[in-house]
Amino acid sequence: MAKTEKTPKIKQRGPMGHGMNTGEKAKDFKKSMKMLIKSLRPNYVSIIFSLLFAIIGTVLALALPNVTKIVSEEIFSAISQNVSVNLQKVMTVSLWLVCMTLISALFSYFQGFILSGVTAKVTKRLRTQITQKINVLPLKYFDSQSYGDILSRVTNDVDTIGQTLNQSLSNIVTCVTMLLGALIMMFVNSWQLTLITLCAMPVSLILVSLIVKFSQKYFVKQQNSLGEINGIIEENYYAHNIVKTFNAEEKAQNDFEKVNKNLCHSAFMSQFLSGTMYPIMNFISNLVYVLICVVGGIMSIKNPLFAVTIVAFIQYMRTFNQQIGQVAQISGTLQSAAAASERVFEFLNEQEQEKEDQKTKVQLGSVKGLVEFKNVSFGYEKDKAIIHNFSAKILPGQKVAIVGPTGAGKTTLVNLLMRFYEIDGGEILIDGVNIKDMTRENVRALFGMVLQDTWIFDGTIRENIAYGTPNKTNKEIEDACCFAHIDHFIRSLPNGYDMMLDETANISQGQRQLLTIARAMVNNAPMLILDEATSSVDTRTEIMIQKAMDKLTEGRTSFVIAHRLSTIKNADQILVMKNGNIVEQGNHDELLKQNGFYAELYNSQFAE
Amino acid sequence: MIKLLKYFKFMDWLASLFVVGIIVFQVWLEMELIEYMGSIISLIQMHAQGMPLTALDLWNVGWKMILIAFGICASVVVVNFLASKIAARFSKKLRTEVFKKVNSFSMEEMNKFSTASLITRSTNDIKQVEQTVFMTLRMAITAPVMACFAISKIIGSSVELSWTTGVALLIMLFLVLFLFFVAVPKFSQIQKKTDRINNVTRENLTGIRVVRAYNAEKEQEEKFEEVNKDLTKTNLFVNRVMALMWPGLELIMNGLTIAIYWVGAYLINVGTLEYYTMVTFTQYAMHVLMSFMFISMLFVFIPRGVVSGRRTNEVLSTKSKIHDGRGVKPQTVGEVEFKDVSFKYPDAQEYVLKDISFKVNKGETIAFIGSTGSGKSTLINLIPRFFDATEGEILVDGEDVKNYKLEDLNNKLGYVPQKGYLFSGTIKSNLLYGNENASDEDIEMALKVSQSDFVKKLEDGVDYEIAQGGTNVSGGQRQRLSIARAIIKKPEIYIFDDSFSALDYKTDKNLRKALKTYTKDATKIIVAQRIGTIIDADKIVVLDEGKMVGYGTHEELLKNCEVYKEIALSQLSKEEL
Repeated sequence: MAKTEKTPKIKQRGPMGHGMNTGEKAKDFKKSMKMLIKSLRPNYVSIIFSLLFAIIGTVLALALPNVTKIVSEEIFSAISQNVSVNLQKVMTVSLWLVCMTLISALFSYFQGFILSGVTAKVTKRLRTQITQKINVLPLKYFDSQSYGDILSRVTNDVDTIGQTLNQSLSNIVTCVTMLLGALIMMFVNSWQLTLITLCAMPVSLILVSLIVKFSQKYFVKQQNSLGEINGIIEENYYAHNIVKTFNAEEKAQNDFEKVNKNLCHSAFMSQFLSGTMYPIMNFISNLVYVLICVVGGIMSIKNPLFAVTIVAFIQYMRTFNQQIGQVAQISGTLQSAAAASERVFEFLNEQEQEKEDQKTKVQLGSVKGLVEFKNVSFGYEKDKAIIHNFSAKILPGQKVAIVGPTGAGKTTLVNLLMRFYEIDGGEILIDGVNIKDMTRENVRALFGMVLQDTWIFDGTIRENIAYGTPNKTNKEIEDACCFAHIDHFIRSLPNGYDMMLDETANISQGQRQLLTIARAMVNNAPMLILDEATSSVDTRTEIMIQKAMDKLTEGRTSFVIAHRLSTIKNADQILVMKNGNIVEQGNHDELLKQNGFYAELYNSQFAE
Repeated sequence: MIKLLKYFKFMDWLASLFVVGIIVFQVWLEMELIEYMGSIISLIQMHAQGMPLTALDLWNVGWKMILIAFGICASVVVVNFLASKIAARFSKKLRTEVFKKVNSFSMEEMNKFSTASLITRSTNDIKQVEQTVFMTLRMAITAPVMACFAISKIIGSSVELSWTTGVALLIMLFLVLFLFFVAVPKFSQIQKKTDRINNVTRENLTGIRVVRAYNAEKEQEEKFEEVNKDLTKTNLFVNRVMALMWPGLELIMNGLTIAIYWVGAYLINVGTLEYYTMVTFTQYAMHVLMSFMFISMLFVFIPRGVVSGRRTNEVLSTKSKIHDGRGVKPQTVGEVEFKDVSFKYPDAQEYVLKDISFKVNKGETIAFIGSTGSGKSTLINLIPRFFDATEGEILVDGEDVKNYKLEDLNNKLGYVPQKGYLFSGTIKSNLLYGNENASDEDIEMALKVSQSDFVKKLEDGVDYEIAQGGTNVSGGQRQRLSIARAIIKKPEIYIFDDSFSALDYKTDKNLRKALKTYTKDATKIIVAQRIGTIIDADKIVVLDEGKMVGYGTHEELLKNCEVYKEIALSQLSKEEL
């Protein structure tokens, strides 16, 4: 399954995760909307202008049928009296109409144009804010959040907000103006016919809310079945080999069929019920239409000219009913916008790392590399300390090996040294300065880091190596690569140092590791943190990596998460970890003599 | 898309035909409704010219109109019912077929599509097809029918006015085409740029420790800003172009109404047009515009469905290259033999494995070691026929694996993959995956052998719920459970594909010790990275770039195999060897 392992798997949400967003509701609609509106503050002026334009455009559009009525009246009365239509008058009014509709269209477009600009600015701003936020959140936050979730906030949620701004904002204003305007125009034309129209409204509202209530149930069911069926599909496809070798195809198919059947039913019901809304609304609208024709007709018996009023009235009535339908749609988009902005602002309001503007800076050149742990205690969760009262003194240039079984929490020390996490008690000193008194940036600049989890980003090899230290010369970069035994390999690639790397770049895990070593080399920090690779690297590359790492640690205080026996044996100090805690410390011989956990570990791992 | 229609059953075709019939009826009714409204206006008009008119005359038209309105409503409900039903049934059928198909695939087909792509094809794409079928049944049929009826109505009413409508229609089509050609190509660009935003953010998140360690937050932000600007620019362009649509359409419709009245006034003066005809004409003309509007929307919507349909069909029309054999009854037990086996991936130039031969007997352990890319995993993948060998033959119990029925072959094998994969359910349901009739003693034994003592410490024991993907147990625990799952199956031949690397050395050692006693009659085939794991195997095969460069026991290989020695030295110190 070589190919499948590479496929990025979004945690928590499946591949359909984004599609499932639709039914989401905000926990606190009002609060989310308020925050969204507040975030629009820099664009208030443009928004007000665009809304004003929307109103002007709508009002002009609303006036059209009634002005057209003037033409109708002229024609109708001419026919009734058997005289010719006054074409001069028709032309004048028609020209007016043309002007009105042109101006109305122009204003509507202006409105859309301005609002698109606002949307672009707001969504861009939100995305930037989220990215900046990612970089100031404490690492702790990312322990409990999946990447997929944050990713979907950057793209899906911001998109949803953008769409809402772009459409719904003007829709709301247009809709309200239309509703009010159409109502006024209907009354102006005939209050009797207006009453008939209004009578029908509660009927359609009740019917619609009934249908929504019924179909909602099936929409929820459909979402659940979809989630379930996606789960089954993912599981079976990822475990394809197991399904096959355990002869479980039939069992899988049976499980699948059960959910598939439910999905089919709920998909049908929700589709059918929600689709029934339109014909029923339309039926009521048609009923009103018929009543208006008949009642209007009866009213025309006394006053035949009323016929033209019927025609205009029908147009207003249609507009009015259309807008009522819009209300349901707008409230839907607002709901999802609220849910989206809730998620975005929730993220933007997360507690940040404390600011440290007033802290001192340690000069890089003068660092000797004396590291002291004094009574350090720490726990990832409050009240659950895993490191208790740990003390150690590491002299400049010494090598510290951190050992322990898988899952013993060997990276914890790295996290504390780099101030990825803050310690709960005690202090860590570098050259006698408490790292809490330095800026995080300062502390991190003191360490070079090579993690097992090699991280290559989109960009050229050169950019990848000079990462974080952009003003390095090509010579420095190439020297570092020679040092890391990767220069030759890089030169053999198409475009050499300027080859673009990305997720799919065809360079092996071992070569990636060498690249990150070169990166640390270029960075040339006074101290080092290394994570030795456990597996997945072939023997020859492994040896090269070892050599490079050994060179890197020369003369530098270094912390090595060690898997290799020679590293451990050569270390000046060994910290033995078990269940998150440091259980023993000392050098190899001392620890063997103690005959404790280290001795047990050593015997089971390396002595057969 | 069309090829998928073979999954339409007779009933579905019948129902679809019925839908077309009802839609024609419904559109006809809608036209009639306008006609009757016209007749009311004409009654009033004639009344104005002197004819008597009573309320009863009007009601006579009115109740017919109500009947028609009801007819329209009923037709749409029925169409909607049938369309929903057909679409839901169709997608159910497709899902079943695709799922069945994928289950029948061998690794070759899985790799060809990639798992992630197959998942999308089985979920999103089928949903898209379902939507397309539904929309086709509702809109794609209604719109052209409506267009035909409405056009025949306007031409029947007034040829002169029809010309004005024709002009408006042309302008509208021009507008739609403009939007289509300017904005639509940008949609895929937006998708690509969104992907880039995603990439940069993902990069920032997965590398967050590196970003912070190198104080490179600013660099990341600048990089993001660049793609962000780019996406925003394209988005803005598309939105501004699309903002033309509604004002433009409204302008055309209003313009047409004005034109009809203006031209109409002339025609009425000449005496070739009646007022009520002009009123109904306006409504028919709007229907013409609307139906063409819908038709052009279909051009945006349907291609998306067609793409999804094609992607689904690609899965369905792919045939697995690996089939059941004729079925054999082997005489021996626990034997695996490779005879000059070579393998290369289809379309590949280079062989992954070349001339591999070995034989392992009942109860023996054979191990494969070599650097990454040496072909160890590929080699054992040939035994359960995830792939078939390109040359040579593989015999299990003296019979070629290709001759077995796959089910019989799999029953002999206990496969433990590199990544312990668990199914959602309980620990127990996972353990019983290959052998539903296993007793509680069997389960207990398997847990003991696989060193899964942690299960006892869980509150629910074997009834502990496993989340999807097994995310609520650690990697090592998953691995041990997947070993237990294979043990419960009591196979003749175990295949461990690098299954021990997620375990720490101590557990690894204990587990092998327990396996040795408990499964002493079973043949064990082990792929490993660590020398310690295979040191006491009966036979060790050393692979390098797909070739056997060593074959023997640990001691023999140390003496005569350079590659083996190199690997061993990198892991153990001299004195330990």
